[in-house]
Amino acid sequence: MYLTKEEELILAGEYGYALQKAMEILVALGEIYGADMLIPIKSAQIAGVSYKNIGDAGIEFLQDFVNAGAKVSVYTTLNPAGIGDELFMEKQREILELYKAMGIEITSTCTPYYGANLPKFGDHIAWSESSAVSFANSIIGARTNREGGPSSLAAAIVGKTPNYGLHLEENRKATLIVDVQAKVKSFVDYSFLGYYLGKTLKNDVPYFKGLKPKNADYLKELGASMAATGSIALYHVEGETPEYRGAIDDELEKIQVDDEALNEVKEKYNAEWTDIDVIVIGCPHASIQEIKEVAGLLAMRGKPLKIPLYIMASRTVKFLADSLGYSAIIERYNGRILVDTCLIVSPIEKWYKGVATNSGKASFYFSSAGLNVRLDDIEKIIMGAP
Amino acid sequence: MIILRGRKISKGKAKGVALVSRKPLSFLGGVDPKTGVVNDSESDIKGESVKDKILVFPRGKGSTVGSYVIYQLKKNGVAPKAIIVEDAETIVATGAIISEIPMVDKIDISKIKSGQIIEVDADKGVVILHDKGNL
Repeated sequence: MYLTKEEELILAGEYGYALQKAMEILVALGEIYGADMLIPIKSAQIAGVSYKNIGDAGIEFLQDFVNAGAKVSVYTTLNPAGIGDELFMEKQREILELYKAMGIEITSTCTPYYGANLPKFGDHIAWSESSAVSFANSIIGARTNREGGPSSLAAAIVGKTPNYGLHLEENRKATLIVDVQAKVKSFVDYSFLGYYLGKTLKNDVPYFKGLKPKNADYLKELGASMAATGSIALYHVEGETPEYRGAIDDELEKIQVDDEALNEVKEKYNAEWTDIDVIVIGCPHASIQEIKEVAGLLAMRGKPLKIPLYIMASRTVKFLADSLGYSAIIERYNGRILVDTCLIVSPIEKWYKGVATNSGKASFYFSSAGLNVRLDDIEKIIMGAP
Repeated sequence: MIILRGRKISKGKAKGVALVSRKPLSFLGGVDPKTGVVNDSESDIKGESVKDKILVFPRGKGSTVGSYVIYQLKKNGVAPKAIIVEDAETIVATGAIISEIPMVDKIDISKIKSGQIIEVDADKGVVILHDKGNL
């Protein structure tokens, strides 16, 4: 891989330990994946924030990096933090302070694009957080590989990323066509579809035919679910996403998805209400449209929920929900908007036995944490819940 | 003596006893960061310690947090002396670099057996297998 004189100097340690380590990571990844050079990035999004995920190992690394003077050189936002007991929260605060010390915006959301960090079409970025990677690549048309926490941090510090994978035009073409014959209309249908395909496909770039999503939130859920159960970082939807034109040719393999395939997912996550003691919405973090819908449904329901409802969202969206009056309605019916956090990166299995959600991604993680899961449309959840 | 040539992933040199797994290895949940003992139930080196070994396996798998687990192994003094893989990927490569553990990839690991004495010169991408000898 070609390095500029300055990059060579960074690698040799002339600019200090933190930049050197960050550069070593980028150079190694560039060599492994066959990059020709490093390219400048416009922004970074860092995963590896919850204490539940990174543990004491992560804290130790971040602390050493901060001590060595690590600072990000491009605009960088942060994934959600976890919530837990007193000791957990102490560690969690420590982690946030360390990221802050590096100059990272403590936005703590998996949907930075609804607020602080919105890339534009064609921007090269280095994002971790698989759902945000999928959104940025597929719905916006920005360019990022599916980074891990440490590699996105290295890119943020250097301000560059190795030029390989989804940064290259030729790797953004579809690798197979998904002909959706199944009835995919409501939000949760996109969860079912994403969940199923993540499990079924490999490192593919799928091209969807036959999808007419109501809005970008539906595609957000499709991408998040595919990325949670599999490794898909980019997809195209005919007539919908910005890079679908020219993404396919005649020789591509084609698969069909019918109702039967999606029924498997439906049946897997069909816990009875008696086994559910919490409702969780907003995985990935909810948009203002999703929150408005929940407030409207609660008002229609007319009586408070007997089990708590948590809607996870970014601070940007919560401020909007507060000022538009939706938060007040939601609270009246035993709901709450949680900011800066994510229950799937928190020890939720200690507090609840079962979850109702509309998210395929959340279902996947809650179920691996040992919880009962009911995956359904938000309308049916709000109207059917005790 | 056999010389195998591969590619530098993380700089440095080391000499030690090989611990070879024929299966992909997950560090998060697969290796105890306090003791260095492999506790992944699917691993063929379950129960072995990676401490001071030349750790050899085909490739990494699992969560990217695995990089931090490697870092913690190093901090706790139970890290391997060097890492040899067939194909490097992000998790282990990043972990080795931040932990300053020499690492080489593109090595035909079928030629290496557990217990063999191995020298790794990551800077040159070279692995030397000794028939017998002392550390």
